[in-house]
Amino acid sequence: MSDGAVLIRGGRVVDPISGVDEVLDVSLANGVIAEVGKDLDSAGAEVVDASTLVVAPAFIDLHAHLCEPGGEHRETIASGARSAAAGGFAAVCAMPTTDPVTDDPASVGFVAAAGRRAGAARVYPVSNVSVGGEGKALVEFGEVLNAGAVALSDGGRSIRSTALLRLAIEYAQTFDVPIMTHGEDADLAGAGVMHEGVVSTRLGLPGNPGVAETIGIARNVALAEMTGGRVHFQRVTTARGVDLIRQAKARGVRVTAEVTPHHLVLTHEDVEGFRTDRKVDPPLRTRADMEGLREGLADGTIDAVATDHAPRHYDEKEAAFADAPSGVVGFETAFAVLHTRLVLEGAINLVTLIERLSAGPARVLGIEGGRLSAGAPADVVLIDPNEEWTVDPATRLSKSRNTAFGGWTLRGRTVGTYVDGRCVWQRSPA
Amino acid sequence: MTRPTSGFGKDLVGLEPLTAQQIRVILDTAEPFKEISERRIKKVPVLRGKTIVNLFFEASTRTRVSFEFAEKRLSADTVNIGASGSSVQKGETLVDTARNLEAMRIDMVVIRHWASGAAAFLAERIPSHVINAGDGAHEHPTQGLLDILTLRDHFGDIEGLKVCIVGDVLHSRVARSNIFGLLKLGAEVAVCGPRTLIPRGIEELGVEVFTRVEDAIEWSDALNILRLQLERMKGGFVPTLREYNRVYGVTLPRLEAAPRELLILHPGPMNRGVEIDSDVADGPHSVILQQVTNGVAVRMAVLYLLAGGAPDLAESAKSEEDV
Repeated sequence: MSDGAVLIRGGRVVDPISGVDEVLDVSLANGVIAEVGKDLDSAGAEVVDASTLVVAPAFIDLHAHLCEPGGEHRETIASGARSAAAGGFAAVCAMPTTDPVTDDPASVGFVAAAGRRAGAARVYPVSNVSVGGEGKALVEFGEVLNAGAVALSDGGRSIRSTALLRLAIEYAQTFDVPIMTHGEDADLAGAGVMHEGVVSTRLGLPGNPGVAETIGIARNVALAEMTGGRVHFQRVTTARGVDLIRQAKARGVRVTAEVTPHHLVLTHEDVEGFRTDRKVDPPLRTRADMEGLREGLADGTIDAVATDHAPRHYDEKEAAFADAPSGVVGFETAFAVLHTRLVLEGAINLVTLIERLSAGPARVLGIEGGRLSAGAPADVVLIDPNEEWTVDPATRLSKSRNTAFGGWTLRGRTVGTYVDGRCVWQRSPA
Repeated sequence: MTRPTSGFGKDLVGLEPLTAQQIRVILDTAEPFKEISERRIKKVPVLRGKTIVNLFFEASTRTRVSFEFAEKRLSADTVNIGASGSSVQKGETLVDTARNLEAMRIDMVVIRHWASGAAAFLAERIPSHVINAGDGAHEHPTQGLLDILTLRDHFGDIEGLKVCIVGDVLHSRVARSNIFGLLKLGAEVAVCGPRTLIPRGIEELGVEVFTRVEDAIEWSDALNILRLQLERMKGGFVPTLREYNRVYGVTLPRLEAAPRELLILHPGPMNRGVEIDSDVADGPHSVILQQVTNGVAVRMAVLYLLAGGAPDLAESAKSEEDV
């Protein structure tokens, strides 16, 4: 065994791509997975006892806001990468909604370099689709991809101009990268601050109707179908949206989709009492929508769970609901929330959850990772499926505390994360 | 400050959290306070030594003056803060405003704010009693109470009464407080207006929806007619005020076609010739000015109860005339 080799011994190895789900050893060497098998030779390797743990491909987050440059009081690339590693993520996509925006080789290069310096989860820059995120002119796709961008997105903004979006999807075909889109009719979503329905009516808050998403997704599906290009749907929130994506996939349209943990376990009723800690964009929707998202996650219509990690400084959420900014932090609770609420309650199984957190997002991006077979990058997460813990916003690694799950008791926790065979995070014994 | 002994919480942020019994207690407590305003010396010492801040982030004449009269007639010391020219205009956040007020050791805050939830936000953060004088499009509980008191004065009982709220329900806190309060007391409630001004899902609250004002008039015992804010026309919710009056205006000919005589309420301020015609507003079935009178009594009752006054002592409390 080579220097720095690691043998993860006797864990329940779950690798959705190879279909492995049994007690095995996993050896890591030279930054890649050397071998997966029974009773592997431990000579010269650091041995990690995983006999009570699940060993899985480390997670990949398609959607995170690391706030640097411009929002360092909320999060930095370094703090975000550490928080991600603590949540079992080996890689996170950093959205370009920074200040200044990430839309040219220099800004993309900055994010990539800061990510490498952080030495925690890999940080994959995502560049804006349009210059300045203004929806008017395309950025230099080739240049930003050369500088390290893995995909293109205008972040939380829907590209209003259907003509520009068409050009973006067509032009991206040269580079075979997905255009990540926020499927929403921006005019119809208007100034809505929560889902338009009986709760917004009772609370007297302006609503964002679910149909704004239906229309946005239908439009973007139509463009993907016409052009043959790749479109990824960020943060799908409606059952109808899931249906549209399912039908598009059945026709062979090259679309993929993500959903957030909070949309999978919370509804607009959880905003009752003007809970700014649960103000998110797009908003939490109805129970029927939540059920539709779960079905889509289970049947593979939804390819990936993405956190939409969006740190907010502690005093930003201390405001009236309409005035408070949207967003919740998500790295450190994503697995545990979904394991507790979806896996243990029977909505999906553990293998599916791990697939949607690892192999699924790798497939969306067309990158290495998300598998445990020999030769793959040694990106591994160790999970204690039985640990019970309570979410204390003050003890997370993110610089911000705006979790939607404060006080929740969860079961299952990520306890160690390896990137390129190197341990980037290990839960200290309690 | 003494803790409430009247079964109320610390605050009045809306009618939705109240029980039917709590609402009845407020209305019953308002009855003896009505008489104080008819006296030559309109003052009792119930809140002597209490400090009340009227914190109005939005312009208001009727509600602010009504609260101020209620406070002064109960002998409280009051301070008025408006948004313009205050620290609010200088960028102070709501939470900082609240902390500063608290540091001055006040007893109650009456808050009017443009944001839904602002009153509850304040109430959670300061130990003083908070009374919501209107938060965004959420609630305006004292207006709802005075509307219900006026209906009760006229009909004797709220249960089974058919009340229709006409107009811009979407943006109206008055509509919501009326809906919550009236439903709790057993009234049947409807709303009427163009669908552009009726919020989605309102039927799930147990409210009937009419899109034709003629149908609403035929159904109702009483109409509560909401002001059509002129800026709504600019927002495209209705094409013109002229057309709104033509289609939704409560006019004498429309009322004369009704199977029964309707009671007419309006929370004010009125746009005569838009949502209500002058001959209706000034007509024999209008109780619009009685609403204003009742507003002072209801607010006195709320202040008294939150300050810890016992409902059954309201009669004797008012008799301790201060000289």
